[in-house]
Amino acid sequence: MLKLEDINKTYNIGTVNEAKLFADFNLTIEQGDFISVIGSNGSGKTTMLNIICGSLAIDSGRLLSNGNDISRLKEFQRAKFMGRVYQHPDMGTCPSMTILQNMALADNKGKLFGLTMGVNKKRIDFYREELSRLKLGLEDKLEVKVGSLSGGQRQAMALLMSTMTPLEYLILDEHTAALDPKTSEIIMALTDEIVREKQLTTIMVTHNLRHAAEYGNRLLMMHEGQVIMDKKGQQKTETKVDELLDIFNSISVECGN
Amino acid sequence: MEAVLSIIIGILEQGFIYGVMALGVYITYRILDFPDLSVDGTFPLGAAVTAMLLTKGTNPYLALLAAIAAGALAGLCTGIIHVKFKVKDLLSGIITMTALYTINLRITGRSNLAFFNENTIFNSGIALWIPQSCRIVVIAILLAIVVKLVMDWYLHTKSGFLLSACGDNKTLVTSLAKDFGKVKIVGLILANALAALSGAILCQQQRFFEISMGTGAIITGLGSVIIGMNIFKHMTFIQGTTAALVGAVVYKGCTALAIALGLPTTDMKLITAVLFLAVLVINSREKGDKRA
Ligand SMILES: Nc1ncnc2c1ncn2[C@@H]1O[C@H](COP(=O)(O)OP(=O)(O)OP(=O)(O)O)[C@@H](O)[C@H]1O
Ligand SMILES: [Mg+2]
Repeated sequence: MLKLEDINKTYNIGTVNEAKLFADFNLTIEQGDFISVIGSNGSGKTTMLNIICGSLAIDSGRLLSNGNDISRLKEFQRAKFMGRVYQHPDMGTCPSMTILQNMALADNKGKLFGLTMGVNKKRIDFYREELSRLKLGLEDKLEVKVGSLSGGQRQAMALLMSTMTPLEYLILDEHTAALDPKTSEIIMALTDEIVREKQLTTIMVTHNLRHAAEYGNRLLMMHEGQVIMDKKGQQKTETKVDELLDIFNSISVECGN
Repeated sequence: MEAVLSIIIGILEQGFIYGVMALGVYITYRILDFPDLSVDGTFPLGAAVTAMLLTKGTNPYLALLAAIAAGALAGLCTGIIHVKFKVKDLLSGIITMTALYTINLRITGRSNLAFFNENTIFNSGIALWIPQSCRIVVIAILLAIVVKLVMDWYLHTKSGFLLSACGDNKTLVTSLAKDFGKVKIVGLILANALAALSGAILCQQQRFFEISMGTGAIITGLGSVIIGMNIFKHMTFIQGTTAALVGAVVYKGCTALAIALGLPTTDMKLITAVLFLAVLVINSREKGDKRA
């Protein structure tokens, strides 16, 4: 269970650009939740994820994971139990290393990076098997440098890599946004499969309303640093894309744009 | 003919000795993207440690190991200044480099230290098995190749993978639950250990230490790496470490050529600097062409 308690976050404190985004923001994420988060540009979705992952410091408030205060943990320390896939495919892989080497890196997460061989030959079959789930033929290109793969192929690898070792939370920030419609569907289906299989507590930000409605057991809509809609279980299942679109339009009207 | 041959041998000697430093610069510049000026201090640091120990009768190979340790320690300092005290990369190197000037003087006790009668790696031990005429060049090449092979091995270990990842995608290092800063420090330690080793080998070869011998070392190192990378730009199967070594030989070849054409040896630093500028200009031109 992940709890955000009375989070305050103001950008550019003490400058003319000072902008308060989160004021006493609260959110409780239950164990095993798969939350889709939607909301207009600048509503604070990425900022919320950055706060959860520790890439952004908060002004005040607390983050609790299963009751433990994790607010003081650095980003790399939280990564031990959090996996993240970014919008940009470049963020999740090492371009100058081969597919095999990238898989080996991810496989060693949380362990010692010592002076033993980077690639453990005994694991190669396992990597092949994992890669074949992507149905992109990457399992036959183990020696190819990741930098020469397409964005979609890299993103698929990023998803595999970030979920290879045991995790508690999976954080996805528009991870299908840079992909073509078909690849986007494949990655989304794979995400769902992995989340179920590993029982990950997942927060997925997306601008794809259909994905938001279709996947997950809970749906949040954010606006100006606040959660303005929170649908769970049955309520969530009954939510239709058109309905979401209507709410979207109505908040835009209220804001006068 | 003989003159040409001796020039070529001289180039190979210098190229492979400085090549060891270029391997270090390859780590900071190419892998970590960190312009590490501490090298200008750690190169003579290695020489100072060696000179001091040799005049005390230490085994010349032990002296090399001591130089490596001293360089590693200096690299650690740069790393801590940069990572823990959050000083900019260039400035961190300059601080270490400046401090080392004094430390190097303290180690040797003076700005020049010659040792013409002591044992060195070039005139004792296994060196005696090699014909005198090519002793230096053979030993210099052997040492450089050993260092290169060790580095190639290291870059394929888990720790080496992480170092490569660090230069490639620092977000990924964090995602792997590793402290990016610590990996950077490891890189700086290795790079400066190699720079000091290179200085130590040069010192044993020329049999004297001189406080200003490090001035411009980083330029030679950077120039070598950039030349090497350009030579093998289209041959991706050539390892970066090989490129750095070849680059160092070419760089030293160019400076030797300038001197063979009549420039006085006292112009060495100017030649080194101008050559580096030329390398940078050519390098950026080629990149510009590609964009056009
Ligand atoms: N580094 C920053 N410095 C100052 N302001 C920032 C910074 N990052 C975000 N903001 C501001 O915070 C607000 C929320 O930004 P955030 O990136 O969290 O939005 P988002 O919901 O992820 O939007 P999008 O859908 O466009 O990705 C915006 O108004 C933005 O201008
Ligand atoms: Mg965003």
